[in-house]
Amino acid sequence: MTETLASAPAGTGTLAAPRWTAVCDYDDLQPERGVCALVGDRQVAIFRTYEGALYALSGHDPFSGANVLAWGIVGTRAGLPTVASPMYKQVFDLTTGRCLDDPAVSVPTFRVRRAGGRVEVAES
Amino acid sequence: MTSRLVVVGHGPAAHRLVEALRERDSAGRWRITVVGEEPRTAYDRVALTSYLTDGADLGYPPHDESVTVRTGERVTAIDRAAGVVRTDAGATLPYDALVLATGSVPFVPPVPGAENAFVYRTIDDLDALRAAVATSGDLTMSRRAAGVVVGGGLLGLEAARALQGLGLDTHVVEVAPWLMPRQLDEGGGAMLRRHIEALGMTVHTGVGLDRVEPGAVRLAGDVVIDAGVVVFSAGIRPRDDLARAAGLPVGERGGVVVDDACRTEDPRVFAIGECALVGGMVYGLVGPCFTMAEVVADRLLGGEARFTGADLSTQLKLMGVDVASFGDPSADALDVIYTDPVAGIYKRLVVSDDAQTLLGGVLVGDASSYPTLRAYVGAKLPGTPEQALFGGTEAAGGALPGATVICSCNNVTAGTIRAAIAEDGLTDVPAVKACTRAGTGCGSCVPLVKKILDAELTAAGVEVSKALCEHFDHSRAELFDIVRVRGITTFSQLIAEHGHGRGCDICKPVVASILASLGNGHILDGEQAGLQDTNDRFLANMQKNGTYSVVPRIPGGEITPEKLIVIGEVAREFGLYTKITGGQRIDLFGARVEQLPEIWKRLIDAGFESGHAYGKALRTVKSCVGSTWCRYGVQDSVALAIRLELRYRGLRAPHKIKSAVSGCARECAEAQSKDFGVIATERGWNLYVAGNGGMRPRHADLFAQDLDEDTLVRYIDRFLMFYIRTADRLQRTASWLENLEGGLDYLREVIVEDRLGICAELDAAMERHVAGYSDEWRAILEDPEKLRRFVSFVNAPGMPDPSIVFEPERDQIKPAMVEVTR
Ligand SMILES: Cc1cc2nc3c(=O)[nH]c(=O)nc-3n(C[C@H](O)[C@H](O)[C@H](O)COP(=O)(O)OP(=O)(O)OC[C@H]3O[C@@H](n4cnc5c(N)ncnc54)[C@H](O)[C@@H]3O)c2cc1C
Repeated sequence: MTETLASAPAGTGTLAAPRWTAVCDYDDLQPERGVCALVGDRQVAIFRTYEGALYALSGHDPFSGANVLAWGIVGTRAGLPTVASPMYKQVFDLTTGRCLDDPAVSVPTFRVRRAGGRVEVAES
Repeated sequence: MTSRLVVVGHGPAAHRLVEALRERDSAGRWRITVVGEEPRTAYDRVALTSYLTDGADLGYPPHDESVTVRTGERVTAIDRAAGVVRTDAGATLPYDALVLATGSVPFVPPVPGAENAFVYRTIDDLDALRAAVATSGDLTMSRRAAGVVVGGGLLGLEAARALQGLGLDTHVVEVAPWLMPRQLDEGGGAMLRRHIEALGMTVHTGVGLDRVEPGAVRLAGDVVIDAGVVVFSAGIRPRDDLARAAGLPVGERGGVVVDDACRTEDPRVFAIGECALVGGMVYGLVGPCFTMAEVVADRLLGGEARFTGADLSTQLKLMGVDVASFGDPSADALDVIYTDPVAGIYKRLVVSDDAQTLLGGVLVGDASSYPTLRAYVGAKLPGTPEQALFGGTEAAGGALPGATVICSCNNVTAGTIRAAIAEDGLTDVPAVKACTRAGTGCGSCVPLVKKILDAELTAAGVEVSKALCEHFDHSRAELFDIVRVRGITTFSQLIAEHGHGRGCDICKPVVASILASLGNGHILDGEQAGLQDTNDRFLANMQKNGTYSVVPRIPGGEITPEKLIVIGEVAREFGLYTKITGGQRIDLFGARVEQLPEIWKRLIDAGFESGHAYGKALRTVKSCVGSTWCRYGVQDSVALAIRLELRYRGLRAPHKIKSAVSGCARECAEAQSKDFGVIATERGWNLYVAGNGGMRPRHADLFAQDLDEDTLVRYIDRFLMFYIRTADRLQRTASWLENLEGGLDYLREVIVEDRLGICAELDAAMERHVAGYSDEWRAILEDPEKLRRFVSFVNAPGMPDPSIVFEPERDQIKPAMVEVTR
């Protein structure tokens, strides 16, 4: 697997080719322990699951306004990969950015892929 | 055809009668008029004290509109020949049936000055009392005003505590040789006296009242108590005057004589509640009053219900003093008595001569087994009397015979509760309460109701879930045992073998804590790092803007000037906000992730170590200055606090653990509000356990007295380890102990007598903890791999999070308001 689409199913890609930014080595990512990367002026939380899949969400926690989502506990809910905000513990679906505790809320997702030994992120 | 029912009085009995009748009289046979003398409709008199203490609204729900309620109006006469009652408002109300529910009045002893005393019966009485207390305070500005309660029974003690709550120095005068003479024997009375005195009240027993004078009460033998407020609570007298004047028989000592249908000699006139004399008895408890109301409701609709006597079990409703009496404690049979003068516990069971059947008993100091024991009155005990005394609540609710009355306020049996659970598919206590009324009176049976419910659900195959979360079907205590016994060292192994999925923010920190309690290296080692909750993840406390606070350990709150200066310098250099914490240390706020290691380097170089303020772990052991400096101190509380803090530092637990040591009984360190607290005595140390500040404060229980230091430490070792093994997720010691079957007694048996045979194991576990302790922050600084994680941005390691902004306030920083957009 070289690319994991964070959200968009195949076919909804934009015309312009995504601009990928390399942020770190794949080995810098410990399973189930997020990191935060600065991409332009966006803060992006990047997660590697236990199975090795990559996901990227905005690092901004919409409930507290702090950039802390990367520090949340990674796990699963009903089979979906999730992260829980470390601030007030709302749980977000890593695949869609949707808040599972408050469906009216979601956070932006990013595309993330493994390119060689590096991890790259692009706006989706 | 409708008939007219007139009810005299609108107290609990009348209210219940009307409700029961309205519920069952679907044909509308009765048109009901209620006349009540008080200016308000019926209210919960049993809870009267809470009106004074919490301003509670005691009103019962109103009847439906078909019922006429005339408040503030008194019935002055019954004309049985004409079939009418007359009222002080000039009304004449015809009846086809008449129910007297006039209750009783407090007995006022005929002593000079009695007219200046207060009584404790109605909301108006309490308003008057409160007003008098307010003025008595003004008159005696120089010292605390005093109050006297005449009568040391259930109600007298309740009233006395309420007076104390109003700020009065309170005296209780009881003419009998001991308190609560109707319920307690001499031994129980003596133990109760100690509890009452410990609350700060003065008790006078075996002495009568001579007269009430302005500002004073004179007792027999010329004892004078200066007191502005006097309350009589020396028994009650049934209000039978209406019946008497109407020529109906009344008892020698009062009470309207009725048969087991609650009917007087006149078939149209009934009497219920405290005004009735039924089977030769006047009942002063609300439960029998309700039963009588139900009987009459049934009779009015042509039923055959009978009143056949009632359970006289009662419990004293006094915060912090457990007293209960059940069945017939004066029965002439075998006595089993247990006293523990240290803990202030007195228990007596009366059993039949073959020691099989429980007849009654008394509990003072620990009434936790009251609901179960009460339910067993008249039934065969499941074990020996000794077992009943100690494990009273362990006796499973499921085994109770169906006819046992569980809720004596509402006369609900175990069978009724079980049937309701089965037929209506009830699954929680509120539903059982709503459906059966059980537990809606004094509430003392609620734990038992819960037990019956759990037993029924389990039997019905409905899982009473103790599952931690969707990933584990086990409770925390079960997981702890699995991890310990199987020697599991990683979350992945545990969840693969015993769980589902990949965990969540509930189970991962629980497992992290279990692994840490069992000593599995640094909490950020390998996979463990990903299990840690918010604060443990960076070994610092996350604040609302995503910055962290840092708390170095200051054992016992003792610190040198040099170290104080270092803290000040670090705070100044990194621009941190500083605040003294409640645990006698200093919190430094506003640090960013990437600053944490630099801050800690400075602190560790100066001799500090992690304070674990971020962990569910031992926080601090507070202390007062102790005998070294204090004129009153009797032991060196600082030295002990430091010893304890250094012993238990870093010990991870289901929740945070707080402690304190006071150097004398003045208790300046507030040890009784801690998970474990120690107070010096002339002879050693008293150990208190399971106290709690916070949202639901709880006073710690006295566990043992006058211990030498080594015994003290051994008990604390075992207490902590036993708690760590058996508590639920995020359960503080207070609620853990409250939920521990057998309570404090059981805990003592486990820790002092080694009832479970695990003390050696607990001791060894603590020794491993002490020997294995090392400073978590030092380990971070020494490990470049771990250090590398302390960055805001993986692709810009030195860069601070630009969204973190501060503004000034009172010469320090505070987080700038961030706008929450979602
Ligand atoms: C402080 C306190 C604490 C208590 N705690 C407990 C407890 O923990 N457990 C327990 O079981 N019991 C307790 N009791 C006792 C319980 O409150 C009584 O058993 C219960 O109130 C009796 O109900 P009743 O309706 O028979 O009489 P009451 O409650 O006395 O009601 C009678 C009503 O009739 C009115 N009335 C009387 N005569 C007339 C008339 N001629 N015309 C019109 N109206 C009239 C009275 O004003 C009164 O409002 C407590 C009582 C008090 C005061």
